[in-house]
Amino acid sequence: MTRYIREIKNPFHGLWSLTHRELKKWYKAPIVLFISVVQPIIWIGLFGKAMNINAIFTSTMTTLNQKLPPNFAEQIMSKTFGTLDYFSFMAVGMLSFVILFSAMFSGMSIVWDRRLGFLNKVLSTPVARGVIIVSKIFSATIRSLIQAGIVLLAALLLGLHLHQNITFLKILGVFLVLLLLCVGLASMFLMIAIRSTRWETQMAVVNLLNLPLLFASNVLFPVKLMPSWLQTVAKVNPITYATDAIRQLLIYETNFSQLTFDLIYLTAFTTVLVITGIILSWKYLNK
Amino acid sequence: MSKKKIVQAEELTKIFNKFTAVDHITFDVFEGEIFGFLGPNGAGKTTTINMLTTILKPTEGKATVCGYDIVKEASMVRSLIGVVPQEYTADEDLTGYENVILCASLYGLPRDLAKKRAIELLELVGLTKFKDKKVETYSGGMRRRLELACGLVNMPKVLFLDEPTLGLDVQSRKIIWQYIRLLKEEYGMTIFMTTHYLDEADNLCDRIAIIDNGKLVAIGSPNILKENLGGDILILDIEGDSDTIIELISKVENVKEVEKYGNEYRIKVTYGEIVTPKIIDILRKNGYTITKLFLTKPTLDDVYLEYTGKKLREEEGSKEDFFTFRMMLRRAKS
Repeated sequence: MTRYIREIKNPFHGLWSLTHRELKKWYKAPIVLFISVVQPIIWIGLFGKAMNINAIFTSTMTTLNQKLPPNFAEQIMSKTFGTLDYFSFMAVGMLSFVILFSAMFSGMSIVWDRRLGFLNKVLSTPVARGVIIVSKIFSATIRSLIQAGIVLLAALLLGLHLHQNITFLKILGVFLVLLLLCVGLASMFLMIAIRSTRWETQMAVVNLLNLPLLFASNVLFPVKLMPSWLQTVAKVNPITYATDAIRQLLIYETNFSQLTFDLIYLTAFTTVLVITGIILSWKYLNK
Repeated sequence: MSKKKIVQAEELTKIFNKFTAVDHITFDVFEGEIFGFLGPNGAGKTTTINMLTTILKPTEGKATVCGYDIVKEASMVRSLIGVVPQEYTADEDLTGYENVILCASLYGLPRDLAKKRAIELLELVGLTKFKDKKVETYSGGMRRRLELACGLVNMPKVLFLDEPTLGLDVQSRKIIWQYIRLLKEEYGMTIFMTTHYLDEADNLCDRIAIIDNGKLVAIGSPNILKENLGGDILILDIEGDSDTIIELISKVENVKEVEKYGNEYRIKVTYGEIVTPKIIDILRKNGYTITKLFLTKPTLDDVYLEYTGKKLREEEGSKEDFFTFRMMLRRAKS
């Protein structure tokens, strides 16, 4: 056997190998993919369908013997949610939630790699520190985009009403938004996990952040109807912007200035977090 | 014969939150030798390996591997060395073959070479039959051999082995020893290993260093270290007047020290096998009867205890370290 020694100049050396490793673990265990997709589908199928807000105006109001103007329910719904049914509003919001969920687990995977020694091995090979982080972000992103795609298809089957002006480009746009959100959130959770050796801590952090990030956003309810203190929180939450962008693209009459603002916010959020993550990995990704 | 220095450590130091794990150690490792690093738990062996393999940055001091600085030229060092850490680091969900391929790509081997190399290495460590089985089905010995294959994937100049036989049965240990010798003899590889097992160090290593409390306390070939202890110990049971006996024995050449415990005389000698018959002759001529005779050569255990003391260590370990250790032992046993 000959010696194979060569200085590695490519700064992204090892990126695909490490990303592929994570993806392989995932596609070799289809049950994990199944569960990770079924959960959001249950959310939209049960929660989204159960919250039949339309019925408040068509059924509840009539029992009060109120004389309602014609098309009252439709007007209230489209003024509040921008759609004619709550299911469409919420199902589209769930796409961001799918991303949030996958991103949280990218943080867990680095804790496990550290505990099981795999990280140690990678650290002693000529792979740049930043690449280790980026490979985790990549694999989380690829996984979650596929999951989000499946959830979107399921939502369509369950009765999601797309806007009539839907184009292929807009669907691509949806995935771009999801990609930005996933890269940003995955960087954030990886940063939290970068020095952690205890998966219990990481699990606690994930559980702590999970629901606030979901509730303090426009995924389940429009921000403009929230109490003002909650609005402040929801307005910095990147999930709000991602969800709004997706709604603009899929179910609303696209408001391009609003969409542009959403995209700028998301890009800024993601850029800052990715760069911070890579810088932190130089300093803190060691034994 | 002037030997080329392949690892040079100068005043290498690592301090973790005021705790000095490695305390200004200086040593060289020569090209083509098996260098053993011994010491009690928590002495700083693994910390030293982690610094030399660029996983940890030293607090003070410097070191070079193959002439490259471990901090400034870390990436170059990484591509020249192979590391087999104490833990099992292979990915359990992948097969043995996939693990070796993954390592090869992390070292930048082109795809074709990686495939060829993986087959060769799995053959070398006797895992060809199991190459397409998931690592979670491997036994401890197989995992260790797989780790070795991963560490060899770039045919490193220096191979670092951290406790290569920890938790293995006798057969698996012997096999690992064979590989280590083979690597040295066939490929001229320099091997830097830490171990707890003194017989292992005595058997394998050309030179050893003993580290205790982060300080280097002895370095040299196992034989020289043993001789430095003051040679062999001869124990004789003799009846009769002790003062004369002591005087008689002390006159014999190469006898260094005589001590008496009851009827038992402990005699420190060099070249025990030559000196013992002489002592017996002299005692017989003077009419003394030897009722018991026992000659011991110092083992590396004696050297080790001489330098590290005999007290049991109070160790502090974190919960995480213990978890990792337990996981490893569990997998080693399976």
